[in-house]
Amino acid sequence: MNEKGAGAGNRFSAMLEMIGAGLIEFLDQAGYTMLLLARSFYYLKDAPSKAREIVTQMYFAGVKTLTVCSLVGVFTGMILALQTGIELQNFGMQYQTGRLIIASMTREMGPFMAAIILTASVGSAMAAEIGTMKVYDEIDALEMMSISPVKFLVMPRVTALAAIMPVVSVYIIVLACLGGAVVANSILHVSFNVYIKHLYKGIHFKAIYVGLLKAFIFGIIISGVSCAFGLRAESGELGVGHATRSSVVASFLMVLIFGYFITALFYG
Amino acid sequence: MTVIEFIDIHKSFGPKRVLAGFNLKIEKGESFVIIGQSGIGKTVALRHVAGLLSPDSGRVLVEGIQVNGARPAALRKLRERMGVLFQSGALINWMTVAENVALPLSEHRRFPRREIERRVDEKLELLELSDAKFKTPSEISGGMKKRVALARVLMSNPDIILYDEPTTGLDPVMSMVISELIRQMQRDFGVTSLVVTHDMKSAFHVGDRIGMLYGGELVQVGTPDEIMNSDNLVVRQFINGELEGPIRAQ
Ligand SMILES: Nc1ncnc2c1ncn2[C@@H]1O[C@H](COP(=O)(O)OP(=O)(O)OP(=O)(O)O)[C@@H](O)[C@H]1O
Ligand SMILES: [Mg+2]
Repeated sequence: MNEKGAGAGNRFSAMLEMIGAGLIEFLDQAGYTMLLLARSFYYLKDAPSKAREIVTQMYFAGVKTLTVCSLVGVFTGMILALQTGIELQNFGMQYQTGRLIIASMTREMGPFMAAIILTASVGSAMAAEIGTMKVYDEIDALEMMSISPVKFLVMPRVTALAAIMPVVSVYIIVLACLGGAVVANSILHVSFNVYIKHLYKGIHFKAIYVGLLKAFIFGIIISGVSCAFGLRAESGELGVGHATRSSVVASFLMVLIFGYFITALFYG
Repeated sequence: MTVIEFIDIHKSFGPKRVLAGFNLKIEKGESFVIIGQSGIGKTVALRHVAGLLSPDSGRVLVEGIQVNGARPAALRKLRERMGVLFQSGALINWMTVAENVALPLSEHRRFPRREIERRVDEKLELLELSDAKFKTPSEISGGMKKRVALARVLMSNPDIILYDEPTTGLDPVMSMVISELIRQMQRDFGVTSLVVTHDMKSAFHVGDRIGMLYGGELVQVGTPDEIMNSDNLVVRQFINGELEGPIRAQ
């Protein structure tokens, strides 16, 4: 074989090796995360004794992100109103703006925006916090005291996020409708009454329960993925940072993938 | 009776060989000290006893029961009678000192709250921490954290205690207080202790026997007197803190 061929062959096998290693790492992490979630569902039986921790986590996820959620909600609504409204105006149907906004927000955008915000702020903080605990032997210390880290840390976080995500989504949807109303009113000259009237027509029961289900599942995904990366953080200065970054990327990907499949399941 | 036994332990992390042919037997009620330079593998050795690390080869026995590869239930039972003072303290930072100390008992609801509170107060007093009771770990000094961690270890009255650098970061007086406390635990409650340290003063005070870890194994094991008068070059260089000798700074 000439040198060029050998080089290409080497590069090809090196590439295969890299893909293989990446795949194995992905499957390993995915398996670990699913097992972790299964174990935290088992520990739901102890949820009453962890009520304080669950409420604290809900507070972090809900109240502490209120400002960001408000801004994101309002601006998403304003953008949607502007984009769809201008198009609708061509047909003289700008009064339908509210209907489009609430339909797209409940089905997709509300839970999705909530997931983005909570992944970035709450999920990353979870991975960093648990990763730090891991690096400073706190997880091992729990094990030594026969306290399950899953019961002590993971279950409360998963429960809190699963419960708070639908609430955050609804909040974002409501604010998006308000933001949309402002744009509809000031730029498209649609009165509030007309806007609201048509907005109501865009509310579909199915869209709402599928949207809330999505939000609920996103909450489980984000907390599960973040805790899993945190618990597997490696020691050293870079360990926690690496765990945090990976958890954000993985949560985000999983939210997109699951979001698609839930949509396909109910609307496909 | 042998309580802790390492049999030909080998442990590497990637290419780095940390333990290679590590052997040690610790008797009931004995206080054994492992000394050695930073990064040599003292913590790694200690973690094997608690089943927090598994050897690549070899066996770790605690009271005749093999720790590596033990079933979760068996491991839990062993750990119930064992306490580990972690090098970093490993306190839960959103809980107060009192809550941290109560943790080994409060999570299991086997004890009435009154009893837990009584024991917390008792341990806090023993370690001169009563004033810090309602502070969080971020509000107290490093030395205090170490003492809180020790108080937490003592809560469950373990009969085997593994101390990872119990006196590092403490002032000389407090260091002596802790060393004496380790001795007291041994005297009054028959606690078997494994202490890992590079604080030589504390090592000589606490140890019935001392072992020097170097190159993955214990290069010398002996009484404090034997160690102090050792003619092993590695041991002599280490305990005297000399620049010349087989040990190189890393
Ligand atoms: N989980 C791990 N993964 C990879 N390497 C590790 C791990 N734990 C320990 N090591 C490596 O093993 C070696 C021994 O570490 P160890 O913590 O036992 O040292 P030590 O003797 O306790 O030092 P010190 O006195 O500084 O605490 C170090 O080089 C460390 O980098
Ligand atoms: Mg150490």
